[in-house]
Amino acid sequence: MFEKLNDLALQQYWWFLISLLGALLVFLMFVQGGQTLLSTLSKTKTERNILVNSLGRKWEFTFTTLVTFGGAFFASFPLFYSTSFGGAYWVWMLILIAFVGQAVSYEFRSKPGNPYGTIFFDCLLFTNGLLGTILIGIAVATFFTGSNFTIDPLNHMTWNSSWRGLEAAFNLHNLLLGFTIFFLTRVLAILYFFNSIANESILKRAYKQLIINTIPFLICFLSFVIWLMLRDGFAVMGDLTIVMVPFKYFTNLIEMPIVAILFIIGVVLVLSGIIITLIKKNGLGIWFSGAGTILTVLMLLLLAGYNHTAFYPSLTSLQSSLTIQNASSSRFTLITMGYVSLMIPFVMAYIFYAWRSLNKKKIDATEIEDKNNHTY
Amino acid sequence: MFDNLDLALVNWSRLQFAVTAMYHWLFVPLTLGLSFIIAFMETLYVRTGDEKWKKITKYWMRLFGINFAIGVATGLILEFQFGTNWSNYSWFVGDIFGAPLAIEGIMAFFMESTFIAVMFFGWDKVSKGFHLTSTWLTAIGSNLSAIWILVANAWMQNPTGMHFNPDMARNEMTNFWAVFLSQTAVDKFMHTTMSSYILAAVFVIGISSWYLIKKREQILAVRSIMIASIFGLIATLFTIQTGDSSARDVAKVQPVKFAAMEGHFTGAEASPLIIMGFVGDTKAAFIDPAIDPVPKSPIKYRIEVPGLLSLMTTYKLNSYIPGINDYLYGNEKQGILSTEEKIIRGYEAQQKLLAYKKAMSIDSPAADTLRAYFKDKKWLESTFKYFGYGSYYHTDDTVLKANITKVVPPIGIVFYSFHLMVGLGFWFLLLFMVMIYLVFKNKLESQRLWLYAALWSIPLAYISSEAGWIVNEVGRQPWTIQDLMTCSQSVTNLNSYSVMFTCLLFAVVFTVLLIAEISIILKQISKGTKEE
Repeated sequence: MFEKLNDLALQQYWWFLISLLGALLVFLMFVQGGQTLLSTLSKTKTERNILVNSLGRKWEFTFTTLVTFGGAFFASFPLFYSTSFGGAYWVWMLILIAFVGQAVSYEFRSKPGNPYGTIFFDCLLFTNGLLGTILIGIAVATFFTGSNFTIDPLNHMTWNSSWRGLEAAFNLHNLLLGFTIFFLTRVLAILYFFNSIANESILKRAYKQLIINTIPFLICFLSFVIWLMLRDGFAVMGDLTIVMVPFKYFTNLIEMPIVAILFIIGVVLVLSGIIITLIKKNGLGIWFSGAGTILTVLMLLLLAGYNHTAFYPSLTSLQSSLTIQNASSSRFTLITMGYVSLMIPFVMAYIFYAWRSLNKKKIDATEIEDKNNHTY
Repeated sequence: MFDNLDLALVNWSRLQFAVTAMYHWLFVPLTLGLSFIIAFMETLYVRTGDEKWKKITKYWMRLFGINFAIGVATGLILEFQFGTNWSNYSWFVGDIFGAPLAIEGIMAFFMESTFIAVMFFGWDKVSKGFHLTSTWLTAIGSNLSAIWILVANAWMQNPTGMHFNPDMARNEMTNFWAVFLSQTAVDKFMHTTMSSYILAAVFVIGISSWYLIKKREQILAVRSIMIASIFGLIATLFTIQTGDSSARDVAKVQPVKFAAMEGHFTGAEASPLIIMGFVGDTKAAFIDPAIDPVPKSPIKYRIEVPGLLSLMTTYKLNSYIPGINDYLYGNEKQGILSTEEKIIRGYEAQQKLLAYKKAMSIDSPAADTLRAYFKDKKWLESTFKYFGYGSYYHTDDTVLKANITKVVPPIGIVFYSFHLMVGLGFWFLLLFMVMIYLVFKNKLESQRLWLYAALWSIPLAYISSEAGWIVNEVGRQPWTIQDLMTCSQSVTNLNSYSVMFTCLLFAVVFTVLLIAEISIILKQISKGTKEE
């Protein structure tokens, strides 16, 4: 089956899967967004516990998607893995540290014997939500804006900035995507709360926060996209050399009409979810905005790698830029991993089934206060 | 090539990885084993309908959850560290090494994370059958993830199923099944998971014994000891068998590591097995057998069994088992190349690659000739095989000769860790047998000495488990990929202060979290089966 695909088709298939994982990750980061809203949406300990428990039943999906995203990138585009992770050292280290705190906070925060108090772990959750979202947004934005590195003939990377990746945080375009992700995940979290929580006081505050967070999200997102459409991009020529091309990403959109249409549908779905929640105040919004987020981010990442575009451009050495052709694994590995990827629909099906089973009943104060239940 | 002379950077990167891996390994074995013990308990609950089994299951599940969370936290850092701190490595072998990590995520982590949520939160939301299935799938998912990371680790110890592509300057996979099913991978998975089950069993028995000492939670304690001691005994027997098989495999694919484990310096027929001893000055013992065929062993006060090492390694009492000196200085009679010769050949392979890349960059016709080397099986087998050794090459013959000892791991650490691990393994065997006897004779509560022994075996199980990883990881030094790549060649070119900072940061963060974990677990144990 995969043997029949040529090298480029295999590389495109894997770029699609990486993009899909990235898109799923952004959607699932509603958990992170929600963690930054704990204080804003709760006034009592029970309310805060309801919020934490609502998010706490999903944090492992986000975490697992992040790990799988890393593993799949390693397997399919190892040159990106070695270049970006080793090069932009401090950005990735900060992201990792932010996520380490999250992994234990849910389980430890309210357990008897916790030596640091609940507030310590709630601070870790907030830090994870704030730094995790913004920094991942900044890191992904460098797929369009570029980084400072050189690749030698042995494919070893030299990073040309002593800031080791932190320099990306001083680029306005990168920051715009960082804050887009931050506010988007907060919006998604609110929509998720409408879907999973039965508590009027929380939802009343969430409604107000939905408006407050939607506005900066839209400003950041539109600014990022418009800027992206107007900026020069890193194009791969027929002889595989890299050149700067004006309006490259806009051209990609025009030359890949399906991507353009799905991108617009994605944006419309995100907005629909928000509007439905604002009007109907029910739990449907997350399905629309969630699907819209996945579609929009997926298409954005396809813009970065498809249509002869360098997906990890170098600003200091244009020809060192990474493309899905020069950064990929061997044909054999891509084929082998292609068969492994056939498990993905099966995995998604059982996740959906398990999720539905647990979410049949909304979380309320009674469930949280029942000592027989496992709660965070 | 791959020049990286900043030893501070290499050593801090090593230390950071070691700190992360050892912290991670404090939590993983318990997850692997306890998940199955919980699944057995819940199965008994579902089959008998006895609510006491449910209570017992939920109790151990609480401890499982606390331990699981911190294991996940440390695991994340471990995965990404291959890229952040070992970027040259990530490129050189990423085509092979990345695949198991990706499969681990897709196949195992999602299963684990999906069903663990049902396991914890689904008691009253899903049917008994679905809940039990979820508990089993959590256990299977955890252990599946172990398969893939251990396959990846085994491949580093015994690189197989690949070829070197000079155009990309990397190794590429050619046979997935050779990677997945190599003897090293099978042994490593079996030995590591089985020994993890021992740790979990000792953990359960130790805590249960504490309850019996305190005359509390007797039903939980006796039933838990019954399940855990049977589970632990079976796991110990498999651990011994796979340990034996694993050691024989190490003798073949990592002979210097094997010799370090056994403290075996001088090759001999009917080689003795050192049961215990103290490691003296090892450097003084590096002597060319051609100069001194029977140098003094640096293992002092040793107790040894004549011929047993030969017997266990080859099933022949009089077979010749080469020692460290045979590998350092060569042994023509046994067909063993000297390390100096390997260094020279490895250097030649590295120079051929550099010359090829240079010829390619200027479109020189020499490129075709050079490329032919990398397709010549004879050259690959005789010269490229020692690619990594080339980094110890030096034009000054004296320095080159002195460099040969750099391929020997720190012997003291490896020797002690190995002997400690094996010794404790046999102690656990005895412990499980006694516990089974006492449970079935209904004498558990009267045997306080054994209850205390079981309780104090908990830290011993952790020491034994960590010792196993030290043997594995310190023993394979200086290689990240056996014979092909050293740690110095693998490391990311960073400022050593950056790595020093992150290393200390991780050490502090992990310690802070470990303190919280221990404190919470101790509190949960003191609460017993009382709901939160």
